[in-house]
Amino acid sequence: MTSTIDESNKEKMRSVSVDLNHDASLLIDIPDALCERDKVKFTVHTKTTLSSFQKPDFSVPRQHEDFIWLHDTLVETEDYAGLIIPPAPPKPDFESPREKMHKLGEGEATMTKEEYTKMKQELEAEYLAVFKKTVQVHEVFLQRLSSHPNLSKDRNFQIFLEYDQDLTVRRKNAKEMFGGFFKNMVKSADEVLISGIKEVDDFFEQEKTFLLDYYSKIKDSTAKAEKMTRSHKNIADDYIHISATLNSLSADDSTANKKHLEKLSDLFEKLRKVEGRVASDQELKLTELLRYYMRDIQAAKDLLYRRARALVDYENSNKALDKARLKSKDIPQAEEHQQQCLQKFDKLSESGKKELTSFKGRRVVAFRKNLIEMAELEIKHAKNNVTLLQGCIDLLKSI
Amino acid sequence: PPTDDEPASLPAEDISTNSNGPKQDSLFDDDPEDLFAEATEEVSLDSPERDVLLSDGPSPAITPITPPTSVLTPRIGLHDDMFTHSSFDEFYLLSLNFSLPQTSISLFKSHEFSVKRRFSDFLGLHSKLASKYLHIGYIVPPCAGKKHWMTKVKVGKEDQSSNEFVEKRRSALERYLMRTVKLPVLLKDPDVLQFLESSELPRAVSTQALSSAGLLRMVNKAAEAVNKMTIKMNESDAWFEEKQQHFENLDVQLRKLHASMESLVLHRKELSVNTAQFAKSAAMLGNSEDHTALSRALSQLAEVEEKIDQLHQDQANADFYLFSELLGDYVRLITAVKGVFDHRMKTWQKWQDTQMLLQKKREAEAKLQFNNKPDKLQQAKDEIKELEGKVEQGEREFEQISKTIRKEVSRFEKERVKDFKTIIIKYLESLVQTQQQLIKYWDAFLPEAKAIS
Repeated sequence: MTSTIDESNKEKMRSVSVDLNHDASLLIDIPDALCERDKVKFTVHTKTTLSSFQKPDFSVPRQHEDFIWLHDTLVETEDYAGLIIPPAPPKPDFESPREKMHKLGEGEATMTKEEYTKMKQELEAEYLAVFKKTVQVHEVFLQRLSSHPNLSKDRNFQIFLEYDQDLTVRRKNAKEMFGGFFKNMVKSADEVLISGIKEVDDFFEQEKTFLLDYYSKIKDSTAKAEKMTRSHKNIADDYIHISATLNSLSADDSTANKKHLEKLSDLFEKLRKVEGRVASDQELKLTELLRYYMRDIQAAKDLLYRRARALVDYENSNKALDKARLKSKDIPQAEEHQQQCLQKFDKLSESGKKELTSFKGRRVVAFRKNLIEMAELEIKHAKNNVTLLQGCIDLLKSI
Repeated sequence: PPTDDEPASLPAEDISTNSNGPKQDSLFDDDPEDLFAEATEEVSLDSPERDVLLSDGPSPAITPITPPTSVLTPRIGLHDDMFTHSSFDEFYLLSLNFSLPQTSISLFKSHEFSVKRRFSDFLGLHSKLASKYLHIGYIVPPCAGKKHWMTKVKVGKEDQSSNEFVEKRRSALERYLMRTVKLPVLLKDPDVLQFLESSELPRAVSTQALSSAGLLRMVNKAAEAVNKMTIKMNESDAWFEEKQQHFENLDVQLRKLHASMESLVLHRKELSVNTAQFAKSAAMLGNSEDHTALSRALSQLAEVEEKIDQLHQDQANADFYLFSELLGDYVRLITAVKGVFDHRMKTWQKWQDTQMLLQKKREAEAKLQFNNKPDKLQQAKDEIKELEGKVEQGEREFEQISKTIRKEVSRFEKERVKDFKTIIIKYLESLVQTQQQLIKYWDAFLPEAKAIS
């Protein structure tokens, strides 16, 4: 299935992260994508005025794994240790609609042809929604990079955008080179390490407390929001069945009831479309918002982790220097090492502070935008429902 | 609705607390354990207490259907003390209010009064009416029996002790009674009058009393038997054939619709629960948030969602009590209709059998005449005379039941159309209310979200 996503649609979708892709010197988007079985092929399109690129306007095909490679190389890059690396986009997951499609196939015999067609339509819409979401999330990842003063200049980023051959070979080499050092570190050690260090800086102390707590809370909220959305979808499905049965009843009916049933069947069909939109809007504005910032908070935590490690290194280097001084051996090296560690730590702290502050700003802006939009959409859909319902009531009263 | 300016003219009576004689025998139940054993309770019949009689628990925001053509609008309230008994000794205090215009036939001594009735009394009434009227073609409204309710408890769908469960049963009995009194023939029936008025109901130990479920089983067995026998009844009347098919289709579709509605109720309840959980989670998130304005907005979001979860809960109740229960009632009613059609077939069969017997007797008589057996001949002639009478009666009965069914089906269909229309409109109005509330809540939240800076 191919999808060319037009601009207006993209505007609607590009909601979780704001202020992206406005700098004309480097504009990135994913204008279309192809879904073959489970593999999604994204077309990454770049428009740039920068001389570092060979062409001003070009496109390349990329797979999800290429994005992961790019993310991981950035994480591994020492220079970026003091930055919040934008979270990697999650793998495209068509499991849910696929399972539902399977169930639908099994239950085909129990439904009327019309019902089955509608359910199938609903599922195809769900497929499409998942597809659109995954495109959006991959696009935002790239746009976060392109709008970051440091990361946008990354060499690997450029390769990712420009290299017109398959990246698979490069990916393999990279794995061998880095060995996934940072990534393979036991993640569970994160929390212990971060909370364990003696923090001298108030700012980081506060951030640490905040991020650790906020992460668990936002993770929970994401899960609960998802359940809400699923219930809305279930209700929409029920409306399909109800509408279909009312239609059958109407067909068999020869009394005055026939018209009632027809109108009612029609109403439920319209209601289910609205309900479906309520579900998808809530998902986009609320669930996706929460999910995105959950991942972003994890990226921020990773930054704290790297800084904590740097602090540990610095403390160790101090100890080593003391030891060297005691033994009167290798003092210059120890001093040099200690200086390096200090510099690294200071650099991380300085950059980290900037990053975390702008992160908060970003988060607040995004929440504001999405909560407003969600409320407005809820109102819009409810008003729509009222109109539909009232129209039907008036009609029924007049028959 | 009760009219308070009508003084209750019945004197206050004390219902004695003696037990009602021998334990309710198992004519009503198949299980050894009698779940709806009676208990007695003191109750005052004065009207001031009437409001107290309504259910303690959450009551759905619906008023019972007021059928315009009926003279009665019974309202069933629950007795205050019902929960002091063991879980199955329950009663429903029946408080009947009449919206009788003064000029109507006063079948009753007063316009408003209350009587107490047990669940088993309802079943007893139904079985009496069914045995009297079903076989002559009247569509006697069914009453969901003990099996219906206990099955739900067994499969874990209902919590026996919950207020909700009690309310469902109260509501079902109210609807049963309302449908029963809508039938002119039933309203005049002495058993119905006694049920409605009598301060103490005698134990229904009639020998032909059957449990509601038992009766239904009997009807169904009869239907099955008719189907299994290859009596292709010479249906001379296309109307019956058409109607039978019509009710078959209706049965299938209504069951399907009912199942979908039950699914909707379930999902709406889930939505309510999930929304409540999200509200709590959002509140925690708001507490954790260190940006003041955003924290405030998140807390407000949590409050809105909490209100919305209650909205969904109320809507689920409306889904259920208005639409779903209506469908359930009609599924049961259609079964009664089908039963009535089957009775007609049985009546026809009986007539045919009698006719065949007469034919045989006539042939036998002819033989006797030929063989010149005078004494046996007289006996044969007498038998033939009797049978001829029976054949005539059989034909009459068949014609009568056919006529009654025609009338009944016409009445039933009219009722059905009206019922559905009224309920559907009420249901849609409940949906409108929910949506309008949603608009209010989100409208109130919007400035909070905009205030984030």
